[in-house]
Amino acid sequence: MPDLPAQPSPTPTPAPDPWAGLQAFTAARIALGRSGTSVPLGAALAFKLAHAHARDAVYSQLNTSELLATIPSLQLPTLQVRSRAQNRQEYLQRPDWGRQLSEESRAQLREQARGSCDVAIILADGLSATAINDHAGPLLGLLVPLLRQAGFQLGPIMLAEQARVAIGDEIGQLLGARLTLVLIGERPGLSAPHSLGAYFTYGPRPGLTDEARNCVSNIRPEGLPYPAAATKLFYLVQEALRRQLSGVGLKDQSDLLAA
Amino acid sequence: MPYRHVIRQRAYVFEDLKTLLARASPLRSGDVLAGVAAATYEERVAAQLALADVPLRNFLREALVPYEQDEVTRLILDTHDAAAFASIGHFTVGQLRDWLVSDAADGPTLHALAPGLTPEMVAAVSKLLRNQELIAVARRCEIITRFRNTLGLRGHLATRLQPNHPTDDLRGIAASLVDGLLYGSGDAVIGINPATDNPQAVSQLLHMLDAVREQYAIPTQSCVLCHVTTTLQLIAQQAPVDLTFQSIGGTEATNTSFGISLSLLQEAWEATLALNRGTLGDNVMYFETGQGSALSANAHHGLDQQTCEARAYAVARRFRPLLVNSVVGFIGPEYLYDGKQIIRAALEDHFCGKLLGLPMGMDVCYTNHAEADQDDMDTLLTLLGVAGCTYIMGVPGADDIMLGYQSTSFHDALYLRRVLGLRTAPEFEAWLNQQGIFDGQGHLLPASATLQLLEKLPPALH
Repeated sequence: MPDLPAQPSPTPTPAPDPWAGLQAFTAARIALGRSGTSVPLGAALAFKLAHAHARDAVYSQLNTSELLATIPSLQLPTLQVRSRAQNRQEYLQRPDWGRQLSEESRAQLREQARGSCDVAIILADGLSATAINDHAGPLLGLLVPLLRQAGFQLGPIMLAEQARVAIGDEIGQLLGARLTLVLIGERPGLSAPHSLGAYFTYGPRPGLTDEARNCVSNIRPEGLPYPAAATKLFYLVQEALRRQLSGVGLKDQSDLLAA
Repeated sequence: MPYRHVIRQRAYVFEDLKTLLARASPLRSGDVLAGVAAATYEERVAAQLALADVPLRNFLREALVPYEQDEVTRLILDTHDAAAFASIGHFTVGQLRDWLVSDAADGPTLHALAPGLTPEMVAAVSKLLRNQELIAVARRCEIITRFRNTLGLRGHLATRLQPNHPTDDLRGIAASLVDGLLYGSGDAVIGINPATDNPQAVSQLLHMLDAVREQYAIPTQSCVLCHVTTTLQLIAQQAPVDLTFQSIGGTEATNTSFGISLSLLQEAWEATLALNRGTLGDNVMYFETGQGSALSANAHHGLDQQTCEARAYAVARRFRPLLVNSVVGFIGPEYLYDGKQIIRAALEDHFCGKLLGLPMGMDVCYTNHAEADQDDMDTLLTLLGVAGCTYIMGVPGADDIMLGYQSTSFHDALYLRRVLGLRTAPEFEAWLNQQGIFDGQGHLLPASATLQLLEKLPPALH
């Protein structure tokens, strides 16, 4: 019987690239190695897991019962509202609806809003309700006492579902708020699926655009941690109320603070 | 002028050409958001039936955005080449469709016809084509451009190496850049999206890219994708600018929202040409576009987003760019909802760009709030490879950590070249062979620590 030609034994796991040391310089997915033209399975599944976290964040929901249980410790009343978008599918395709209150919520706010306030705080699910579930409680625990000590009158804390940033404009107007602070789940990235953004707007009313606001973003323990975020927001909100403006006019100040 | 079509007893009336185009457009979320989409499946096909009978000459008579109000309309109509158009001047949109898919419409014929086509004609006919026809016709177009290498040759696929970093950290960018080169990426351009438009920061990036390119004598070009006004400022300061980048749109109002005008682009084009840095050619502009940009700037004038997009290509072709790509899945699910819509839009954009004579590439991409994933991107990537797409992006592991979206990886380009037998730009491939990265047959050699590039890393990584 003729000898069969020697077969190279299959190598199950591709070797890492010799330049893997460069990974120290960036969080980018470099030096992944390859099997043929494919990314090795470990790296492929790590990517898939990160995307799964981001997708789950987009479809996550406000944990209202837990949030309601946390917020009374701040001694503030809470109200729940919804946008005109009925579900996630509508929310993703109709940003205009996510900026408007549902008819029902509008009527409810008209009925329940009393008097006026300096700051109305709105917790909006945005593109990651998990960000609110995880970070809103700890952040407010630091920020609300600062605002109180400075003598600002706070409105009820609003929980807004299927909501975009601009929903705060209509809510703020109905509450007679001088300023709205919208905490909202940011668009999830592969490395940060649960990042919180904070937008504030002086003189809220429907029809305002992004130039009228300021934003502090990437609030999470691995990004901008709660104490730093609370200090920064407190400073900026104070400045906005003192100078009676927000948006581009206030921008220089926040840059100074960042520096 | 109204257009109409009767189906059974139902008469559909479309009040003008832009309404007809919008109703005839395949379904996508952005047109629904704008309130211009067909209300029913039947209305969409009724519009397509009516559109098929519209003479191409109507597009020269009926401006979709008024001539007096919009410099993009003026550009389109004032630069229309009547002689090139003459051969198809008697066609309807439907006849153009039947001719385009026939064997008579070969590459040289389409090339000669390009100046006679307006973006609106091309957008219109794309609405009557299926995906396979968008692919088959675009594949015949060979659009060649040059700066330090040759892009767009038939049978080639180039990549933009995109080594972004969230804080523009020079070491982080250099690390991704070296990784990309070692995977054979970067013949279209090495292009960074900067985290800030600060001129000093952009200048640092330009100098770093230029130093790496010089150090290893790489036959390619670099670009920092900042605003055109920043580039102009840096050109005045003698920064090493190879290509001038700008995002552009299909209406004057969209461009105003980007802080640009045709005259500003003209100024930037002339300033970049005057640097005379290209060794093989003088295509010096790099443009990005994307369906939905006009609506997002509230500057769409009631047009559907695909027609707006095609009009942006008229802006691009005015400046003989080296590279143009649509960032198709980047703008978000309110414009293109899912993988199906992204794939359709990408094939339309590639087709329209190529028919208008542009070196059309594509950012095959999606965001995490779109109903899409890597499988959709693999499908689109493969389709675009078959369609002869000029270039795609090269992002480490497909994950752009600065822009927060997923594009194509270095591996994706290797896959596409392998399954379709495509090559990198010839000058770049010769460099890859000389560096010991490629094997002379267009394939990667096994990774080795003895590569020249690794033995002498760029100073930014010391």
